[in-house]
Amino acid sequence: MTETLGTTVIVIGVLFDIFGCIGLLRLPDVYNRLQSATKCVTVGTCFILAGCLILLGSVSGAVKGVICIALILISSPTAAHALARAAYWSGVEPWQGSVVDRYKQDLADVSEGEGTS
Amino acid sequence: MSMLETLFIPLVSGLLACCAMCLYRIARGPTAPDRMVAIDVLGTLVVGFVAILTAITGKTYLLSVAIVWALISFVGTLALARYLGRSNAHD
Repeated sequence: MTETLGTTVIVIGVLFDIFGCIGLLRLPDVYNRLQSATKCVTVGTCFILAGCLILLGSVSGAVKGVICIALILISSPTAAHALARAAYWSGVEPWQGSVVDRYKQDLADVSEGEGTS
Repeated sequence: MSMLETLFIPLVSGLLACCAMCLYRIARGPTAPDRMVAIDVLGTLVVGFVAILTAITGKTYLLSVAIVWALISFVGTLALARYLGRSNAHD
């Protein structure tokens, strides 16, 4: 029972990883790729680690695995945020099909506020 | 033969296919941020590899490798992002 559960969770994680990487390959611009890659691969890797914990069933493995899952859940979105910001600042334009660019509006609002004050 | 050992080859092949897609994006990626995203994803995938290896061998010390790899990949991505964000923003 434990073995079936752990293996199923690992398989789900690998499927998440594959779908995330297909998104990385097929989506049109860097922001879309970032979203697909970061979300799917983070969750997929956390699922693989969770399945590994279920299969191991030992205390030392559980502690290390939980630390690793927490680390990935914190660090991966932070890295994605920094990457998206860096991409925007380095002048990568969003895809022509994008409908809204709130960051541009925010930057315009900020510079406008600085100009009037 | 346990269930995971039966599925070991398909699972690792799936992760290797993910790595191949990331490498394609690193080679072709039109802009530098595309390549950095792919490098970041590659780092996370390696953690998945190490987790599967831990599950199949039962050696828990391999999870320390996963923790350290996740940290170093994070710091590397942050450093690259700072570098890239600075190159055009403040001059």
